[in-house]
Amino acid sequence: MRPFQYIRAPSLSETSKLTAGEDALAIAGGTNLLDLMKLQVETPALLADINRLGFSEIEDTDDGGLRLGALATNTETAVHPRVRADYPVLARAILAGATQQLRNKATNGGNLCQRTRCFYFTNIDQPCNKREPGSGCGAIDGIAKLHAVLGTSDQCIATYPGDMAVALSALGAVVQISGDKGERSVPVRDFHLLPGDTPWIENVLEAGEIITGIILPAPVGGTQIYRKVRERSSYAFALVSVAAIIELTDGKFSRADLAFGGLAHKPWHDPRVEEVLLGQHPSDALIDKAADILLEDARGYGENDFKIPLTRRTLRAVLTQATEDAA
Amino acid sequence: MTVHFKQDKPDNSNRLDGMKQGVLGKPLPRIEGLAKVTGTAPYAAEYPVENCAEGVLVTATITRGKVTSIDRTSVLSMPGVIAVVDDEKLCTRAAQGTANEAPMQGPAQICYWGQPIALVIAETFEQARDAAKHLTVEYLEVDGAPLDPGAVDPEEQDDETVHQGDLANAMAEAAHSVDVTYTTKGHASAAMEPHSAIAQWDGNKLTVHASLQMLNYNIAELADALDMEEDNIRLISRFVGGGFGSKLGISEEVVAAALAATQIGRPVRVVQSRQQVFQTVMRRSETTQRLRLAADSNGKLTGFGHEALVSNLPGESFAEPVLQSSHFLYGGENRELMLKVARIHRMTAGSVRAPGEAVGMPALEGAMDVLAEKAGIDPVELRLRNIPEKNPEEDLPFSSHKLAECLKQGAEAFGWECGLRKPRQRREGEWWIGTGMASAARVHNIAEAKARVTLKSDGTALVETDMTDIGTGTYTILAQIAGEMLGLDPEQVLVELGDTRHPRGPGSGGSWGAASTGSAVYIACKAIREELAAKTGASEEELELREGKTATGETLTSLLDGKDLAREGHYEPGEIEDDYTASGFGAFFAEVRVNHYTGETRVDRMLGAFGFGRVLNAKTARSQCIGGITWSIGVALTEALEFDPRDGHLVNCDLAEYHVPVHRDVPDVEVVLVEERDGAASPIQAKGIGELGMCGGAAAIANAIYNACGARIYDYPMTPDRVLAAMPD
Repeated sequence: MRPFQYIRAPSLSETSKLTAGEDALAIAGGTNLLDLMKLQVETPALLADINRLGFSEIEDTDDGGLRLGALATNTETAVHPRVRADYPVLARAILAGATQQLRNKATNGGNLCQRTRCFYFTNIDQPCNKREPGSGCGAIDGIAKLHAVLGTSDQCIATYPGDMAVALSALGAVVQISGDKGERSVPVRDFHLLPGDTPWIENVLEAGEIITGIILPAPVGGTQIYRKVRERSSYAFALVSVAAIIELTDGKFSRADLAFGGLAHKPWHDPRVEEVLLGQHPSDALIDKAADILLEDARGYGENDFKIPLTRRTLRAVLTQATEDAA
Repeated sequence: MTVHFKQDKPDNSNRLDGMKQGVLGKPLPRIEGLAKVTGTAPYAAEYPVENCAEGVLVTATITRGKVTSIDRTSVLSMPGVIAVVDDEKLCTRAAQGTANEAPMQGPAQICYWGQPIALVIAETFEQARDAAKHLTVEYLEVDGAPLDPGAVDPEEQDDETVHQGDLANAMAEAAHSVDVTYTTKGHASAAMEPHSAIAQWDGNKLTVHASLQMLNYNIAELADALDMEEDNIRLISRFVGGGFGSKLGISEEVVAAALAATQIGRPVRVVQSRQQVFQTVMRRSETTQRLRLAADSNGKLTGFGHEALVSNLPGESFAEPVLQSSHFLYGGENRELMLKVARIHRMTAGSVRAPGEAVGMPALEGAMDVLAEKAGIDPVELRLRNIPEKNPEEDLPFSSHKLAECLKQGAEAFGWECGLRKPRQRREGEWWIGTGMASAARVHNIAEAKARVTLKSDGTALVETDMTDIGTGTYTILAQIAGEMLGLDPEQVLVELGDTRHPRGPGSGGSWGAASTGSAVYIACKAIREELAAKTGASEEELELREGKTATGETLTSLLDGKDLAREGHYEPGEIEDDYTASGFGAFFAEVRVNHYTGETRVDRMLGAFGFGRVLNAKTARSQCIGGITWSIGVALTEALEFDPRDGHLVNCDLAEYHVPVHRDVPDVEVVLVEERDGAASPIQAKGIGELGMCGGAAAIANAIYNACGARIYDYPMTPDRVLAAMPD
């Protein structure tokens, strides 16, 4: 671990100044950052502790939605009565992630910013374009069972590892961001970026910007499912996950908000999948057609080829469960 | 005074059953449990040592070659850095279990990626870790190090080879035959406590606190590595946070700490990081195993073939003993057994949790399930029909044999439905439900051991031995043995372990600790009883001791008359080892559910019935069995070391990415202890327990997966991708 300076950020504006430099990072729960610092993957010279800035409230919004403070913990969020009642897909996604101990410490903002668990990213003696631009990608032709099959590039096939953001994507949540240029809002679906030629840029946050909150739209009801496929029952990242908000009207899909985890560098959302389902009666053929569209451009890297049929099967399981629950 | 006993014949006198205290076998809680859960039991790295510097190992970033230069100046100006150690005595591998000599030394020669090559010492751990990452090292790399065990010409382990009769002919003439190939991936011990050591000098005397399983071997290994006399070394290992084979021999940090303390003239602590423990200590080899079973129309085996390929580094004597129980578990007069080792440049392969049977039995017992299906015989019945009268290869009797009882009692307790079985018969929603079973077998190991027992004049007792308690319950069972023999509540018995100043024994490993050192304690206590008996004018056999008194009410304190009475027990296995095949046996039963869509498998319930001699403590014995079954679940479903195909480095090197079962993966586990008295096993009639609980359990799960969903899989672990690939539509 590189020696670093620790400053308790006194205010939001000071935080922006403190973290504007290349060598500075904000720290909240630290459940991911501290591990990466011990591994020398992250080597900040300065840590600005934002834990006392506020932003830890969970409160109703004027239009009936809910605002999740960036510094509210994952546990506080998952057990919040309104989250449980109105956004069960989010509660389920959070509880499917990490462990109770980690969720007690991890914050909502930090969760969105967590880094990939690619083995080559976390080992500084191996090549990784994300960690060290231009060094190559160790995972391509390496051990890539957990890696992405959608939206990859020749530079990087890492996945975004989280669960919470997958549910937020299905819910169409919005990220509130604050920085020295003021405040802005970005839909969760646009917050994370694909690797392209710049895999080290993982989201839209600019230097000095931090997340202050997440806005959930007014509740939409429906059957809400978070299905996470994994090798062991807890404390494992998703091979594939699906967040689904499904409604049937007159036996036809009237809502089919779907997002996928474990497949890409970001929670995967493809509006074409919803379009093909809406207004149609559920059937195996229809679900297959939706999967065809979803996986049209999917590409396996050998070890992770199984993710493509697994995604199809998991989508089938989720939509079958949702239609049965709705019926 | 030392009392030596060499066991040449079975002892069926059941002396311990005649004692009056009534504490042996009782489910007492662990003596040291409270200290452990309240954080007051110090582990190796936790001893407060004044002026202690911190060392962090530097590891190689090439696979094969040599270090041409280390630029000390690259780190010596960093804050707190004291020195860099690259002494040629640094060890580059961990010692194999019972090696009794130094492991590979000479850090300049590199044989695997991640090999320790130097140690950086600093004032704080963080400074040392940072500097270790910054040390500039130049290498001369040798290309083309073989990394794939299937791509090299392997060496045959001659002592494992059996050619008996004509297996090919037996296969050709069999009414039912099976010829299948299984694979298993590598495993990590995954002990919670990382490997760590604190070394300090006092004149020419070296004291090392370390996390080790077998001090009597470890002190020889360390003395050899440092070129010192054993008498000048003291090793202390009072509490060990799990070993699972990875602490049988000394590993790199022990020698590094000692050399560093020499170099800077201060105590030095070296703690391996979790990643280093994974990458530098020991892996269980991956295996490829061909099983050939030939049976007559009644399912009786006429031929038995088990050939295995494992791997290790050049120069390592250890070869995963996959065939260990295959030599005697089932009959079949035509036999072919062969073990081959591929020399590759992955990290050292060595003992990890029940070496051999942990992976050999899952393959054998999977193949037996295939045979049961082909022959149309219930899997329990098939095994019952194939229990041999004596060792089928060596013409030796079994010291005892509880397989049939375990199969029957286990089936009964589990509610096994006997008869013909068909897969895909039960579905609940998305889940296929099925059951499976397997036999358990693990060779019984025992070794020479010494222990001193002192009956104090105040009527309490002290047991001293260098035996370790790696979480198994050693402290408690030794107090129970001494308490039973001397008529004392175990709370009146102080047990001191893990110090080479005490009488020596074989330590913990191969499940031999309880039987070996327990017997030494028993022998010492028997000698004390003889002294006491003489004082009362009775024979030792007649002496009844209970609650600190004789049958006539005389107290131990009055018998001792103000003097302590100490005896050292020295147990040595004699000819008996050559006269019998000794093994623990058992049976596993599992019920699993397999998701039709995702291929995820979850174990709903599991039962193990085990016969392993005398039960010394029903609670710690049961806990060990549950632990073994938990590892079985790991072998069956999740545990797999992944090695990079290009440089051979271990990729998933932490507990987040190497998946041992979590609580939620471990279901309702039931253990049936099938008590027995095996007079040939040890003077206290106990055998090993720790490992038996995982020797075959993975096959019960694999066979249940097949019964549930029809996916017959030949590759462990059976992860969702593999289940889906094998599941019928």
